[in-house]
Amino acid sequence: MKLTKEEKAILDGQEGETKAKIMQTVVEFGELFGATELVPVTTSGHLVTSFGIGLLKPVYRIMDEIIDAGLKTPYPFTVDPRPIDYENVKCGLLNKLIFSKVMYSQQKHYEEQLSKIGLKNKNAFTCTCYLNEVGNTPKYGDVLSWAESSAVVFANSVLGARCNRNSGMLDIFGAILGKVPKFGLLTDEGRKANWVIEIKTSHLPEAQILGSAIGMKVMEDVPYVVGLDKFLGNELTDDVISYLKDFGAATASNGAVGLYHIENLTPEAKNFGKKLLNKDVKTYVIDDAELERVYKSYPVMWKDKNAKPTLCFIGCPHLSYNQLVSWTNKIEQALKETKKRKIAVRTIMTTAPDVKEKFSKTEEYKKLIAFGVKISSICPLMYTNNPIAGSKPIITNSNKLRTYSKSRYYKDEDILKIICGVKYGKQSF
Amino acid sequence: MENKVFKGRVICKGNYEGECVVSKQGLNTLATFQKSALMNKKKVIGSDQNNPDVYGKNLTGVALILPQTIGSTTGGLVIQTICQMGINPSVLLFSEEIDSLAASGVILAKNWENSNIIAIDKLGSDILTAIKTGDKIKVTEDGTVTVIE
Repeated sequence: MKLTKEEKAILDGQEGETKAKIMQTVVEFGELFGATELVPVTTSGHLVTSFGIGLLKPVYRIMDEIIDAGLKTPYPFTVDPRPIDYENVKCGLLNKLIFSKVMYSQQKHYEEQLSKIGLKNKNAFTCTCYLNEVGNTPKYGDVLSWAESSAVVFANSVLGARCNRNSGMLDIFGAILGKVPKFGLLTDEGRKANWVIEIKTSHLPEAQILGSAIGMKVMEDVPYVVGLDKFLGNELTDDVISYLKDFGAATASNGAVGLYHIENLTPEAKNFGKKLLNKDVKTYVIDDAELERVYKSYPVMWKDKNAKPTLCFIGCPHLSYNQLVSWTNKIEQALKETKKRKIAVRTIMTTAPDVKEKFSKTEEYKKLIAFGVKISSICPLMYTNNPIAGSKPIITNSNKLRTYSKSRYYKDEDILKIICGVKYGKQSF
Repeated sequence: MENKVFKGRVICKGNYEGECVVSKQGLNTLATFQKSALMNKKKVIGSDQNNPDVYGKNLTGVALILPQTIGSTTGGLVIQTICQMGINPSVLLFSEEIDSLAASGVILAKNWENSNIIAIDKLGSDILTAIKTGDKIKVTEDGTVTVIE
């Protein structure tokens, strides 16, 4: 890789041993993918590692090295959601003990470390940093040093920013150096599609099943989706953005998609159209039957597959403001029909702290709380992947959460029926 | 019978002789390793319920053959952590070009944990079908993989 005089000086240790080691790691990483240069990061970072899991000793040790070396990120950064929220996601004594003393024993210490190297503020903990309320929203063409698979795919696809699927630690390293290696999704060539996905469904597909199907098929390739604009239109409205947020998260967790193009909708697809297709593209046709096949393939990991759910998580990735309003209205309607005042299954909706603040000033917020729903900014994934929570029958509409925990996936309409106590299938919860 | 031989690009060199586990589908690093790492186990038992090739199998000390890794961007950090804990697979053999998350993990482990995890990529997709879980293989420093049993 060709380095500038300043970059060479850092690599040679003229700005300290730690920064040299960081540079060495970033350069080796880039060289593996044929990067010929480092390019400047143009805006704030986003880190995937938000959880103070005791076992992540390498993280705390490297963070200490960074702090001791006096290094900070040039831009304030955001970070994924916290793993604990005892106020809104109540748990028993044993669970609390496991969370605070065993699993997340380093949470306080780690958050102090994050603050010292450039954390934006106390509200910076969300996987949807790109939402307007949070404000870490890159512009078209911005170069990022981000991790968090769902945020990276959103920034690339919906905002037209440029970011590779960086790992935790590499996200911090790039943010501190203010430089990332230029390869893959940072190049015009790397943003071209190898797959055409033809949507031939009878209605708008469930975002999380569609994303899952595409992720499993294309793995890390770039898909160019045709026929979805028929349902979504040609403008990135708030509802469309919410749909693409959930769709992208599923492509990135059930596959390794870092960028997708939706014909006539996402910015690069609008700008360049089919010029984004590589020569030898493969085709994947998705119809109603294919989506149902994918949905039916999800394993149910509950011991008792007919158990009554005891907890429901909605919001992985975190819900947008529009989604919170929409869920409120849907639950209100469903409860009216069942002549009930409260939901039947304990339900947590998760959203960014800044979105929660905005939503908490609305009439819908009061209604949602009155229905018995709790609103939290926790990371459901971090909450559910411990042995105690993992043994409980938890339901979710998140494919990402399903993938990383034993939570059972249901489509939005089914989740609504279950949490509102509507008779569902052979059961009435 | 002629031994099956594959040659790839060396990312982290080393020699290995022993058993392998083959994941024909993309390996979700977080889903596969998180349970054993979180429980501070002495061995990794694959915990990805969506990947029957590795679910329930011991992955510590083996050669793990896979196309690429998929899923959460904690992936590299997870590889670094299991290397620091000493419960990592000894070898990672990628049929495709290594992905950015696995690459991060291997480089982080080498530079920050003095780990000697062996990694070879671009071995070709045939390796996923020609070698079966439980086969004994030999890996040499020049990136050659040979089935010995």
